[in-house]
Formats: sequence, structure tokens, C-alpha cells
Amino acid sequence: MEEEESIRVVHCGGSELNFRRAVFSADSKYIFCVSGDFVKVYSTTTEECVHILQGHTDLVTGIQLNPSNHLQLYSCSFDGTIKLWDYLDGILIKTFLVGPKLYALFTLTRAEDSVFVITNKEEPDVFQLVSVKLPKSPSQEVEAKELSSVLDYINQSPKCTAFGREGEYVAAVRDFYLSVYFFKKKTTSRYTLSSARNKKHAKNNFTCVACHPKEDCIASGHMDGKIRLWRNFDDDKKYTYTCLHWHHDMVMDLAFSVTGASLLSGGRECVLVEWRDAAEKNKEFLPRLGAAIEYISVAPAGDLFCTSHADNKIMVIHRNLDTSAVIQGLVKDRSILTGLMIDPKTKALVLNGKPGHLQFYSLQSDKQLYNLDIVQQEYINDSGLFQIELTKAAFGCFGNWLATVEQRQEKESELELQMKLWKYNKKTQGFVLNTKISMPHDDHITGLCFRNAERCEALTLVTASKDGHFKVWILTDDSDIYKKAVGWTCDFVGSYHKYQATDCCFSEDGSLLAVSFEEIVTVWDSETWELKCTFCQRAGKIRRLCFGRLTCSKYLLGATENGILCCWNLLSCALEWSAKLSIGVMEPDPHSEHIAAVSRSSGGSDLFVFKPSEPRPLHIQKSICREEVQWGVFVPRDVPESFTSEAHQWLNRSQFYFLTKSQSLLTFSAKSPEEKLTPTSKQLLAEESLPTTPFYFILGKHRQQQDKKLNETLENELVQLPLTENIPAINELLHTPAHVLPSASFLCSMFINSLLLSEETKSAEETPDDVDMEEEKESDDSDEENNLTEHVQVTGNADLGEDVIYQLSKSEEKELRKFRKVDYSWITAL
Amino acid sequence: MNLRMGEFKVHRVRFFNYVPPGIRCVAYNNQSNRLAVSRTDGTVEIYNLSANYFQEKFFPGHESRATEALCWAEGQRLFSAGLNGEILEYDLQALNIKYAMDAFGGPIWSMIASPSGSQLLVGCEDGSVKLFQITPDKIQFERNFDRQKSRILSLSWHPSGTHIAAGSIDYISVFDVKSGSAIHKMIVDRQYMGVSKRKCIVWGVAFLSDGTVISVDSAGKVQFWDSATGTLVKSHLVANADVQSIAVADQEDSFVVGTAEGTVFHFQLVSVTSNSTEKQWVRTKPFQHHTHDVRTVAHSPTALISGGTDTHLVIRPLMEKVEVKNYDAALRKITFPHRRLISCSKKRQLLLFQFAHHLELWRLGSTVATGKNGDTLPLSKNADHLLHLKTKGPENIICSSISPCGSWIAYSTASRVFLYRLNYEHDNISLQRVSKMPAFLRSALQILFSEDSAKLFVASNQGSLHIIQLLEGSFKHLHTFQPQSGTVEAMCLLAVSPDGNWLAASGTSAGVHVYNVKHLKLHCTVPAYNFPVTALAIAPNTNNLVIAHSDQQVFEYSIPDKQYTEWSRNVQKQGFHHLWLQRDTPITHISFHPKRPMHILLHDAYMFCIIDKSLPLPNDKTVLYNPLPPTNESDVFRRRTAHAFKISKIYKPLLFMDLLDERTLVAVERPLDDIIAQLPPPIKKKKFGT
Repeated sequence: MEEEESIRVVHCGGSELNFRRAVFSADSKYIFCVSGDFVKVYSTTTEECVHILQGHTDLVTGIQLNPSNHLQLYSCSFDGTIKLWDYLDGILIKTFLVGPKLYALFTLTRAEDSVFVITNKEEPDVFQLVSVKLPKSPSQEVEAKELSSVLDYINQSPKCTAFGREGEYVAAVRDFYLSVYFFKKKTTSRYTLSSARNKKHAKNNFTCVACHPKEDCIASGHMDGKIRLWRNFDDDKKYTYTCLHWHHDMVMDLAFSVTGASLLSGGRECVLVEWRDAAEKNKEFLPRLGAAIEYISVAPAGDLFCTSHADNKIMVIHRNLDTSAVIQGLVKDRSILTGLMIDPKTKALVLNGKPGHLQFYSLQSDKQLYNLDIVQQEYINDSGLFQIELTKAAFGCFGNWLATVEQRQEKESELELQMKLWKYNKKTQGFVLNTKISMPHDDHITGLCFRNAERCEALTLVTASKDGHFKVWILTDDSDIYKKAVGWTCDFVGSYHKYQATDCCFSEDGSLLAVSFEEIVTVWDSETWELKCTFCQRAGKIRRLCFGRLTCSKYLLGATENGILCCWNLLSCALEWSAKLSIGVMEPDPHSEHIAAVSRSSGGSDLFVFKPSEPRPLHIQKSICREEVQWGVFVPRDVPESFTSEAHQWLNRSQFYFLTKSQSLLTFSAKSPEEKLTPTSKQLLAEESLPTTPFYFILGKHRQQQDKKLNETLENELVQLPLTENIPAINELLHTPAHVLPSASFLCSMFINSLLLSEETKSAEETPDDVDMEEEKESDDSDEENNLTEHVQVTGNADLGEDVIYQLSKSEEKELRKFRKVDYSWITAL
Repeated sequence: MNLRMGEFKVHRVRFFNYVPPGIRCVAYNNQSNRLAVSRTDGTVEIYNLSANYFQEKFFPGHESRATEALCWAEGQRLFSAGLNGEILEYDLQALNIKYAMDAFGGPIWSMIASPSGSQLLVGCEDGSVKLFQITPDKIQFERNFDRQKSRILSLSWHPSGTHIAAGSIDYISVFDVKSGSAIHKMIVDRQYMGVSKRKCIVWGVAFLSDGTVISVDSAGKVQFWDSATGTLVKSHLVANADVQSIAVADQEDSFVVGTAEGTVFHFQLVSVTSNSTEKQWVRTKPFQHHTHDVRTVAHSPTALISGGTDTHLVIRPLMEKVEVKNYDAALRKITFPHRRLISCSKKRQLLLFQFAHHLELWRLGSTVATGKNGDTLPLSKNADHLLHLKTKGPENIICSSISPCGSWIAYSTASRVFLYRLNYEHDNISLQRVSKMPAFLRSALQILFSEDSAKLFVASNQGSLHIIQLLEGSFKHLHTFQPQSGTVEAMCLLAVSPDGNWLAASGTSAGVHVYNVKHLKLHCTVPAYNFPVTALAIAPNTNNLVIAHSDQQVFEYSIPDKQYTEWSRNVQKQGFHHLWLQRDTPITHISFHPKRPMHILLHDAYMFCIIDKSLPLPNDKTVLYNPLPPTNESDVFRRRTAHAFKISKIYKPLLFMDLLDERTLVAVERPLDDIIAQLPPPIKKKKFGT
């Protein structure tokens, strides 16, 4: 495994979909939006991500349809390039190297051979609009260095620049200025809001601008919620404007409809306002959109609008103001207090979402599954209000129970606390509130954990609080004559010398409870609730506490505020080792002994992976990111990886995800970026331009294959077992053209084999798409298999034993793949 | 309330319960740049926009003459019509009503002069539109147009004079002037935001030269009609309440409408795209300077003028039309009349307040307490309301005065002058009317008592000045100064010297005449000045006449020397401070300190000023509104920063300020909030308009 890549930090979805205006395709079938380094193509009807256009190496900052070919898309990025894509096939057509960081992109129908970008001038915070001439050249990578400045001193945001009717002028706003550049006259007019210096009108700043598509009219949005419609702006003296005022907070974005008959505006009120005929009295509303509107875009066909919201959501809205589709990413607009969790049932990442909600986010599909309303109160969007905050959450009993803590503190002495316990309802497939406990403690709750019990009846929950107590809550029978019910009650209250409890943790088998009281760790028997022993290291307040897992379950780890990591042996009741490490995040891997700790240092955050049994870390990765890491979590892999090198081993069973202060969700990957691309979906979709939906995946695809396949038995199997598509062996078989397949007798045994396997191993059946890519990787060299068997011997795990058999069929599969790699396209030409 | 201010003890009077009547109509005259304003009580005021928006003339109101329409015709002739069915013409020289003529159509709701100015059109309650011919000295009924079903609320003449548009209830009619027949009837939609109102009143129409008729109505709409086809072209919903008024600029590139919500909307004709000739009307700026109904608007070439129930006259210059951005480009809000409504008896510490139909006499409170600068002193005796004198008849009071000794009160209406004798017996007060006023004393524009209360000076509207000797319980006519030959201009400001020898009188435009009362002859005439006089006073001992003009200039003229004083010449040479010239209310009262001959006390609505003639004048670099220099500063510094103008802005709006004695001032304030509290409640608007 000498070629194994080093571990890299990669963004793993959850990037902002609302970073820039979304763009509609000319036929309104697709909507494009930037998402980190990618451009995502969504279907407007099914909300499904159809393509991910990958190729930029930095944040994508602007996308526009190619005005001369509406099946192509331009994108620009901080990496200084403009790329031209065929979005139907997801193919990169051309790359134009411009050079400086590009902040926004504009195209014009009139100027076909050039586009407009916003770049930074030498000084910071001074931006200019430049036109870039795109040279006509057949090569893939073209240098585009012919820049000419159009407007200086503008705002970097694309909201603050707009091109007017037929590209005759461009309007840009910044602070209190509106600048209009006329391309024909080559003159710039600048209008200043005269009341800018006046205190009463101090909130007059421009926030966004839009131009009427048919008339000489510029709409500008302002900080105080006003919209001004400027006219006669080609005359410095006779210019005039109208005010439209409905928003009470700043206007976030404006857009004219295609005909110009109506103007759309949105802001923090979460209401889309449509002003018809630019009249103040003639307006329509689409209220309760959930979060502040950041961008508004209009489909060129005129039938759809789209709003990008602060909670990382894109809403596709029909012309008659009906919401037709919602594309929801990871909600990131508030501070995360609950930390990262994994829902055992859906395997979704769970964290704070919208205010007062828990969001369930699927890491695989980069999509929010659903929001669970915890606070169940109307959220009022107003600065200066003290909101109820969801501070703690924990899953118990394999995801059957969820405990949440919410708090609201307006003054030092007035703390409102509420703990809620939610039971998973199989029928409704959701959580239902079971018990509500108001003021479970007198002060902030610092720790919340369930006991990992085999049986769900003896459920135990422990809360630790700053008021010096920890409380044990148990599930009891709450039945009365009307109904059978269960509820939670307090069973035990423990304290230790009136110290503040800082964290609590159950051992893996649930027999011991460790509660840290400032500098002291107490260990309690979870059956009798008697104090077993205490550890005191005088190394500062303990911030984080956790037990070791599996073979290391006799160890207890504690991270203190003073930057000491202590490891105690519970058998000898003595300190095993301690290390000087200022730990911000410490997470145990539930499926291995590994513990990941992220420490904060001057250069950024460093990652340490270690086993409690040995003080030497297994893996150290310096400066994984610039900023502070706030939360981390191990996500169990569906299919274990088989890294053998010591530094990679910890990634075998689980993947470590972490969230930084700026709320970017990152993870570690040992794969090269090329392999990270999911090839299957790409190849599948390249064949047809129809929108792909899950339904289509299941049925439409199979119908086509039915015609292609000669093998009758295969066909029958397919009908019976639609899931077989997930099995790589069958997948390969089906995707290989029939005329290059080996003889049926050769295939038969392999096929039967694979079917057998799929029935035995659960994991294989549940495997989603990314299995293929992992196997692709594994089958690249045969050495890997040897390594794997070694690995199996080392761990001696029964589960992996089955994988060995599973692997055997792969060598044959590899042969299949070789067939496939030969180009047979010439046959189609015949 | 009493207050200490520096060396003075100040009576801060806030019990003058004056509410100006609401504005009903405004009419702008382009030729003379004058604005006629009529109020709900029938008062008509003339503002000279060239002379710093000074209210130079006024015609007193009349209970039965509620004006509904006001217009200028034939150049500078002013007509009004009202609900009593009469058309009035005003004499702008003699300041009286020339004649009243019944139109015989019931109450008149609208009136408009033809574009040529030779004809007058009135719309009446009975649905008739009547055409009058304007003759040099009268108007003459010519004919009726086709009678309509309901009252004609608004009229507009096509600029060519061939057609007129008339707004009625629920419809607009277009008449052919030649035949007098209605050629189109355009029905206005009653719907108001989906709800059908009972009636839709067309409050205003405007006929443009391209044939477009613009209408404003009670459903809040501004609508554009094509008069050739009688069809609706475009509709703007601008308000949730009535749109009550409309005025179009002469160039027809902009117009203004006023709504019952107090908002004034400006509409402009702008080109759709820069390179096409197609133009469209666009609502541009809203102006919210009013709290109540905007009953009327006018559009001068450079400004939008609006007035309404909240009694303010607002002049909002159009920035794009103003050549230089100086103080003329600032918004003007005129609330209070530019004349005195208060007179004061220094000896008895009495204040006489003039209202439209009554007079109030108050005795000021007194205090025994002393305090530091700025302290509020407690009253030992509250102010007393001594007298409430109601007028007889429907006419408004023009002017009033109380003698310095406090024993005489005189007032005048448009037809009679009244004189009363007051007798004080301890706390009781008895009033005795002096009967048999001479026949020539029919109406006075200004009444003034001499300092010793022995003589009464009356400026009549014929331009003559009468001097009457007051005796115990009777009077004697001493002399009448006839107006200068050839002029019939009325005198409206009087000032008498404290020694009683000199009388100064000023008209609305011509110079100030100074008469010698002892010899009963004209002494001299102060050289004429371009701007009208706003206040006059003669200083004691020196007999210097101090004159304040509407352009904020102050002159001092020595009566014995018949020339401007040295100080006045110096002031003119150096010029006033630019901030002083930029004040927007005229000086309404001038008085003098009995012990300090170098001081002149004067005030306008927003400041009170003592001019110390011994100190150097401020130049444009010095701070005009300097607060009192702190006492700990060195004398040198104080002397360096001190200048002749000592200005206090504590009291505002200040209606009257005078010196009672050396140490006591009286200031009468009328806070705007108190006025608004007495007005009917405005239309309730929700904050977010939802």
C-alpha cells in the first residue's frame, strides 16, 4: 500500500447553496447554483441534483448562461478562471485563465465575445467591474488576459451591479452612490443620496440594484427597507426617483420579471413581495418563507422565480407565487450548540438547524432530510430579542429516544430551562414529544447522556448541571385508566461537595457513570448510584470526559481547560498517563478504540488520533484548518475501508467529520480528488438528457436494459430483485455491452456467487452508490487483497471474515472491467 | 410660568389658545409670483413668494363665506367662490371685497378662469356649469352649459380653451365650450381595493393639451383618460383614502396630487427609454409634510405648494428646477400669520389675545421667588382670564389693541370699529362700550394707542390715518391724514414714538411715511425699499425708526435727521450674517429697552434677538447663534467672540415677545403639538400599511 495517498482535509458537502444567485436554464427545466467549489444542476420539477459540475479549485463565485448558446454555462471562481460547461452532459468545455480572483460574473447578449467580471484592485475593498474578452480558440485551456475596466469603486457583491436594457448601461451601487455607465456614450453618471450625511437618513445605504429589462428604469434597494425606482438617469439634473416602501428591514435583493411588469423584492421578513406596475398599492406577497431571502432570480422563460434563503435553501416559485420546489442544504445560519450527532436510525448528521429546530442532514446525498421542531414556538426575526436556544441533544436506545434541552436567558438571574424527551414513532416515522420537564436544573445543563443499554426498558438519562448536581432520569410507567403510557421521572440526584458538574459520560457497557465536578472526576455505579471512586489531578476544570471503547474500555479520559489530557485506568484507579494538549474536541469512535482529539494551536487546529491504552498518538495531522474546530463526530462507514498503514487505520471503520467556527463541514479523506468523483451516476446520465429522478433510476433504466439484454435469466432476476443494481458484480455485468461479455457459462457461476453474497451480508445490500468507487479503488492492484487478509488476521473480526469471500468475486470482476475499458464506440458507428 | 433668563425674568405664556383655520384653496399667480391662500373661515391671504414668502395682505374671513374655490384671472384679479353661492372679487389695493355676486346655482364647488383669463367658469351644486365674462370692473353672466345630474366638484379648461372637463360624482363630463354641450361622459369606477364604495367623488380634474384628462377621486385613484374617445388609459392607486387635489405644471411635464392621508405625490412625465420619444407618467416622489388632509395643491414653476386641514402651508421647491442650491431651495412650512395677534399693556401686565371672533384679556401671574439663571420660578399668583369679549355679527376681527395703561380696548371688523373702556375696581373689572363711533371709522387695518394712552391711531383701508383723542368715557376726532394723492394703498403697520410726537405708517409695498403728530403733517418718507415692511418701531429719546423688512434686513432711520443712522449705514456696508438672512420667518415685533438706548429687541417665530449697537457686527466667519460665553473664559476671549447679535432660541414658536419693564420679559408661545391636538383626528394609518 505504498501508493496510498496522504490524508487530506476535504469539504464534504453542506456548502452554501445561497452564496450567489441561482440561475435558471433557458427552458426552466434546470436550476444552477454554486456550491462551494462546484456548480450544482438541479431539476426544477423533482428538486433532485442532476449534475455536479466539478473543476474549479476554489469557491465558485458566479454562474451565467452563455448568451449565444443557452445549453452552455459560464462559471467564474476565486481560482481566477472562467469555465464553460455543457450542463446537460456535465462536461467542461473550456477554461479561460484570467488570473486575479473573480468575484462575480455577468454576460451580455450584445457582447458575445466578452463577459464582465468583478475583480479586486490592488487595495483591499476596492473592486472594479472589468470586461474580459474571451478569445476564440479550439484548445481546452485559453488565456484570457484582455481586460478593460468599466466601472471603478464598486461593491464586490453581484447584487450591487446590474446590466440595463439590452446592455446599454450598467448600474452599480455602493454605500450612498449609484453609478451608471453608458456603453454608447462611454460616460458615467453618479448619483448620491443627498441625505447621506443626515443622521435621520443614515440607513439610506444602497444594498442591491436591478434594471428594468424594457425601460430605462433602475430599481435600488436600501438599508432602511425602501426601494427606489430611478428614471431619467441619463440626465444629471432631471433624474428622479420613486420610493416603494414595505420592507421594514434592509432589502436583500431585487429582480424584475422578464417583461418588466413586476418587481420582486425580498429581505429579512421572509416574505417575497411582488410589486406590480411598480405601484406601491399594487403588491402581492408570498409570506412565511422560513428564512431571510438573500437572492432572487427569474427564469428567462418567465414562468418561475427562485429565492435563495439564509438557511441554505433554494425555493422555486411559480409565476403565480406558489412554491413549487424546495432545495434544502445544510442549515448554517446560527451557532451550533448541540454539537454533531449521528441519528442511529437514518445515519443522518444531526445538529442545530433553523432556530429552535434540529436538522437531520444526509451526508451521502448532501441534502437535508427533515427538520424537527423542538422549541415549537413562532420564531420572531428581530435583532435584540432573546430567543429560546436549543443547547443540548442526545440520542438513546438506538435512536428510539431523543433528549433535548432548550434555554433562554435574558438576564443573569432569569434562566428558563426546558428538557424534552422525544420517542420515535414507527408509524409516523418521526419523533413525538413524550415528556416535558421544565427547569430540570437550577442552572445551565452542561452534560446530557443516555446509558447504552441492551434493552430499551431500563433506559437511563443523566444530566449534569452547573448547579452542582447531576440527575438521573429513568423511564417509568405513566399509565392511567385512559391509556398506557411511559414517562420520564427523576430517579437520583447526585452531587459532590457542591462543585459544578461539567460533563458526564457512561461507560460503553453502561455499568459506570463518570461525572466531572470541576477538577474532580467521580465514578458512580449505575445500578446502585453509589460513588465508586474519584480522580483528582488538579489540572484545571475538566471540560470533556469520555470512556474508551472495546478493548480500551477500562480507560477514562478527561480533557481539562488548562490543556492537560489525562487518562485514568479504572482497574487500578490510577492515572495511566497524561499529556499536555489543549483539547477543544475529543470524540471516541464508537466502532474502534480510536479517539480523535482536536487541539487549538497558533497555526490552526491540529488533529491527534490515539488509543487510550497507549500514550503515543497513532496519527497526528498538523493544522487541519485555519480556524477553531468547534465540533467533531465519527460517522460509521457502511462498508469498512481497508487501510493498513497506521496513520490511516483509524479511518477504516468510521469517518471523522468536523465543523469549524465558520461552519464549514470538513472531513478526512485518503483518496485522490479524481477518485472522489462518483463515476457511476455520471456515466449513467451521460447517455440521455432526460431529467433523472429516483423513479426513473428504478424503472426507466430497467426498461431500456430489458431490450438490450439477451440473457433471459438475467432479465427475470432483475424484475424480481430490483435491489440487485446495488451489487457491483451485477452492475458491471449489466453495464458491459452484450457482445463483449464472456460466455454465459463463465458468467453464471460468478453471478450466482454474487447473489449468494448479497443475501448473506447485510452491508452489501444496503450499500449506496459509493460502494462502487471504493471497490474500484480496491481492485486497482491485487496487493491490496493480500494486505486485507493480513488485516483480517490482525483484528480477527468475524464481520470482516465475510468480506474475504466477498472480495474473491472481485478478481473476476476485474477481468470484466478490463473488457469494459476497451473502447467499443466504433461499433455504434457501424 | 416664569423663568429666569440671564438678566431678565421671563413670563413664559402658553395659554394663548390660538388655532389657525385650515387651508382650503391655494392659487398661484405666475405673473406676480404671488400665492393666494383661502382658509376654512373665509380668510384669504396673499403671500409674496419673491419677498421671502411674506404674507403681505389678508382679507378677513366671514362666517357665511366658506370659500371653496379661488382663482386668479385677467392678470392679477383674484376671485373666490363659496358655498353661499356668491362669487367675490377682492380689491388687492384697498384690501377689501370689491363686490359679491350670486351665481344662482346654489353652493359653488368649483371655479376656474379660462386660459386667456377673460372668462370665469363656476360649477354649482345643482349640476350647472356657468360661464361668466370678466369685464374691467365686474363679471357678467354669459350662459349655462348642459346641466348635469349632480354637483360639479372640479373643473379644468383645455389649454386651447375649446373644451372643459368637469368632475362630478361618479363621472367626468367633457364639454365643448362653443356649443356648451357635453360630448363625453366618463364613468369612474366605484371600486376601492375590491370593495364597492357608495359613491366615487371626482375631487379634481386636469385637462392637458394633448387631450388627456387626469382625474383624482375619493377612491384613492389618479386616472388618465383620453378625452377624444372617453376611455380610461391608465390608473394609479396612490392612497387608501381620498385624493383631494391636483395641480399641473404649466409645461405639463409634472403634476402633483394631495391625499387625505397627508401625502403629496409628485408625478412626472419621463421618457420610457432614453432614445425614444415615448413618454409615460410615473409617480415619483411622495412628500409627507402634512398630518391631515391635503385639501389643495399648487404647482409653481419651481415648487410644489400644498395646504390642508393641519393649517400648514408647505412650499417644497423642486430640486431639479432650482438653479442654485441656496436657502431658497429649502422646504418652507408656514403656520402662523405674519402679523401680531397679541397686544400688551405694560402698566397693568395685561395681554390681549385676538381670535377670529373674540378677544381674551389675561393678567399675567406673578412670583416672589428668585432663582439662578435658567431656573423655573414658582408662581405665587396664577395668570387670570379677565375678559372674554365676543364680537357681534359674522365678520372676523381684523385687528385689536389694548392701551398701554390697560383701560382701553379697540378692535375692528370689516365693517365696524369698536372701542371699549375698562374700569378696574380692586379685582372687579367692568367693561363699557364707547358708542357712536364716527361714521368714517368703518373699518381699520391697524389700531394703535399712544404711549400715554391719550390718543388712538387708526389706519383705515382707504389709506387714511385717523387720530382720535381719548377722554374719560368719550373721544374726539383730532385729524385725518389723507393718503398721498393717486395712491389708494392701505396702511397696515403703525408705530408711534414714546413721546407721542411721531407716527410712522407703512403700507404693503410703498415706503414708510412719518407724520408729525404735533403739527399734524407729513414729516418725511423713508426711501422705498424692494421688500415689504414686516415690523416698525420708534426708539425712545433718539426717535430712531427701526424698520424690519421681509428679506430680513433691518434699517435704523433717524426721524429728526431724516436720514439713516450711522449704525444702519455700517450694517448695510458690512451686510448681515448669512445665517441671519436665511431665517425663514419675518420679524414681527420690535421693542426697546428703556434704560439701554443701544439695544434693539426683536423676534420672529423661532428666535428672540437683542441687537447691541455698541458691539461689532458679526461677519460670516463668526458664529451667529453663539451660546452665552461661559463665565470662566477670559475677558479677552469674551470680547473677541461677542458681537452685536445676541440670539435666544429657547422659546418657539414665538408669537409675541415684549419688555414689560427693565427686568421682565413676556413671551407668548404656541407649541405646534397643542394645535395638532385641537385639530380633528387624522385618518388612521397602520404603521406598516397592512
